Amino acid sequence: MSVTEIQNASAALAPYIADFERFQGGRPASEPAFVQALRRAGMDRFSALGFPNTRQEEWRLTNVAPIVQGSFHRAMSDPNAVAPEQIAAYDFPAAARLVFVDGRYSARLSSIAGTPAFPAGMVVTSLAAALAATPGLVEPWLGQLAGFEQQPFVALNTAFLGDGAFIHVPRGVASGLIHLLFLSSSEDGRATVSYPRNLFVAGENSQLTVVETYAGTGAYFNCPVTELVAGPNAVVDHYKVQRESREAFHIATFQVQGERNSVPRSHSISLGGGLVRNDVNAVLAGEGIDCILNGLYLVDGRQHVDNHMRVEHAKPHCASHELYKGVLDGKARAVFNGLIHVHKGAQKTDAKQSNRNLLLSRDAIANSNPQLEIYADDVKCTHGSTVGQLDEDAVFYLRSRGIGQEAARSLLTWAFASDIVERIQVEPVRKDLEEFLFARLPKGEVVRQAV
Amino acid sequence: MQTQTDTIEQFATQDYKFGFVTDVEQDIFPPGLSEDVIRALSAKKEEPEWMLEWRLKAYRHWLTMAEPTWANIHYSPIDYQSIAYYAGPKPKGSGPKSLDEVDPEILATYEKLGIPLRERELLAGVAVDAVFDSVSVATTFKAKLAEVGIIFCSFSEAVRNHPDLIQQYLGSVVPYSDNFFATLNSAVFSDGSFVYVPKGVRCPMELSTYFRINALNTGQFERTLIIADEGAYVSYLEGCTAPMRDENQLHAAVVELVALKDATIKYSTVQNWYPGDEHGKGGIYNFVTKRGKCDGANAKISWTQVETGSAITWKYPSVILKGDNSVGEFYSVALTKGYQQADTGTKMIHIGKNTKSTIVSKGISAGHGQNTYRGQVKILKGADNARNFSQCDSMLIGDQCGAHTFPYIDVQNPLARMEHEATTSKIGEDQIFYCNQRGIATEDAVSMIVNGFCKEVFRELPMEFAVEAQKLLAINLEGSVG
Repeated sequence: MSVTEIQNASAALAPYIADFERFQGGRPASEPAFVQALRRAGMDRFSALGFPNTRQEEWRLTNVAPIVQGSFHRAMSDPNAVAPEQIAAYDFPAAARLVFVDGRYSARLSSIAGTPAFPAGMVVTSLAAALAATPGLVEPWLGQLAGFEQQPFVALNTAFLGDGAFIHVPRGVASGLIHLLFLSSSEDGRATVSYPRNLFVAGENSQLTVVETYAGTGAYFNCPVTELVAGPNAVVDHYKVQRESREAFHIATFQVQGERNSVPRSHSISLGGGLVRNDVNAVLAGEGIDCILNGLYLVDGRQHVDNHMRVEHAKPHCASHELYKGVLDGKARAVFNGLIHVHKGAQKTDAKQSNRNLLLSRDAIANSNPQLEIYADDVKCTHGSTVGQLDEDAVFYLRSRGIGQEAARSLLTWAFASDIVERIQVEPVRKDLEEFLFARLPKGEVVRQAV
Repeated sequence: MQTQTDTIEQFATQDYKFGFVTDVEQDIFPPGLSEDVIRALSAKKEEPEWMLEWRLKAYRHWLTMAEPTWANIHYSPIDYQSIAYYAGPKPKGSGPKSLDEVDPEILATYEKLGIPLRERELLAGVAVDAVFDSVSVATTFKAKLAEVGIIFCSFSEAVRNHPDLIQQYLGSVVPYSDNFFATLNSAVFSDGSFVYVPKGVRCPMELSTYFRINALNTGQFERTLIIADEGAYVSYLEGCTAPMRDENQLHAAVVELVALKDATIKYSTVQNWYPGDEHGKGGIYNFVTKRGKCDGANAKISWTQVETGSAITWKYPSVILKGDNSVGEFYSVALTKGYQQADTGTKMIHIGKNTKSTIVSKGISAGHGQNTYRGQVKILKGADNARNFSQCDSMLIGDQCGAHTFPYIDVQNPLARMEHEATTSKIGEDQIFYCNQRGIATEDAVSMIVNGFCKEVFRELPMEFAVEAQKLLAINLEGSVG
């Protein structure tokens, strides 16, 4: 790095460092000491790492310069000032709903009592409330899963962690559907930044279904981190629906740790955002885990979406399946980077990874880097990657049956995407996504009638 | 499975059969690298001024470069000042004019390696260029090739006799500033082969080069340049061996292929450099840059490699598909055992319309071997209807080894289609059992299964090499089952 580059890099960090001191100073004195220390560690690491650049392998194809050069502030307005009508578009019936406005919990918009009422021991609340009321449940996990040694944005989130959702499902309990809605917007025409931090702990033999929805208007930078622990035999269904505004930056990390015989499943749907990066990391830390990580991204215009996956097979007899599908139109660019790392001794691993991209326009670009790193010999690992366009023969087949060119293409695109859509088991999420597709695809009404 | 464990141990401790040293009088430079060494090297080879300038330009650029560290390989740092940059058998007179003038010791060396130069000339119908340390010692069949206008000679000879061709094509595919090792090679390359096949000529025989590192503490930096003019066809083979030594030796070669309109180049390698002993001591560092350019429409370049030797292999034979309808192929078998490490693969850059590429890579890891496939398929905006198919299969023998796959896929054209598939597996006990049941010994069964695994690649090798490659694998697997 040249001298000017170093100067520019430290200039970019300065506002964050200043804001950190303000933030840390403004926290309640009752906050447990470990949180303060964790934030400090996050900030130290972030100052040391700085923002990533495209010379780093992990960020080779995603340039975060617009974030580095941008100026953001933490929103100051009252999160309870948002009218309930504003969330109606994203809401659906759930056992509990937590709403966060610019990263801060809104008690007015949320309903956490549980419908029907949650069994004893179940905790669904904001992270800030959990830190105050039950720090003992939070401390063993918070910041312990999502490492920030080499992940600048996780370090940044950790430095500002304070609010988000905390879910604790006790042993043998089924949680029902929990919906987390994160609304963001610019404030008085100025871009905001928020750092939601979520922690889900599913105890032994428990069941958890949780949906994270991200939406917003205007320009802002959203930097969420979600940590999930699936305890022994736990079944966790996690959905993330990202519908940020087109001017937004969304840099997220989802970190899963599976324990013996657990079934962690996650579906990530990326529809919005201008510059989007999803890091999904799974550590299979016990035997007999069946992990599923699927994703769908639908992008057009100048959108940039980057999905980085890393699955660590640390123990034998685990299975992991990943399927990421993308539909790219306009000048959109999609990056997929998936690594399956089979550790020494993780015998009988069954790992499968595939990434399929559909390019609908001449200017769309797809990059796909599926990777295998295997240090055990009795394993079954495969990966596949394809990039292509709609099958002209299939289009011709449909047209010869009286379906117009546009509708035929839309139908085939629908079929491509439905592979993931149909795997979504939470009906309102699936229906919403279908509606989104009908609206997005040209001649969507024809598709609606046909399917 | 006890028997299998035994076999793996034996497999890992398999002797290297080409580890002898030939005692010939050597003309060797003292270790060290500087502009003076390059000047001396150039003078020794009686090179024209422009060649020296090119070398110096590369050397000055090399000084500004850092050694790459991204590959999935581990080795102690190389001291570039402790390597001798030139070693050759002492010339008798002005260099060998025919085989009769070649030092009988050297001929005996090639006999031992199973490359009887004389016999080849008379019987096999394969033209051989033999490179001993830094010097090309003999080229056979020259006269017969000259009849159809083919130039097949050592690189130094080409610099002297065909400067126009060298000036036109040298560095046109791998520029002097390409990468750390290629730039080093550009500065200090010693010798290698040069082939020019004129317009419309189909080379009547397989061309072949055998490389041998003999001297201690030397690096071999050969440079090969093959040009197939419009409509020409040539098939070229390369084989390599080295003596057993405790220290690591550096081999940093550059191969450039240029295929003009309608031309085809088929390049096959059987690489069996000394891989080091069973503790990972010694062995050759094989850091090679190989690249071909399909410069005109309908050109085709096909790389086939069987990599069984070297302590470390770092090599990515690539094809730039510039001409419309051009075709690139890459077939590879890489075997790592002992403490061998291989980071190898290919790059296919699709620039022209309707370009096609096929990648088939088979990696076999045993003992403590680490085998990495690293490849890139890049389809640029103008490459309408480009098509790629990649398949990377790994086989693991034993639980101390590793197999890794890092493909990079970059598609910028919606009319392109690319597919990548990779699998990892081991030899199943049920497969062995099935063979045993039918009276096939476990050792033969393993060899059979491995050969079956590699069949798609061996099929691409010219006849003699296919036999040799199968034998090589069989030797390596010999005694691997009890």
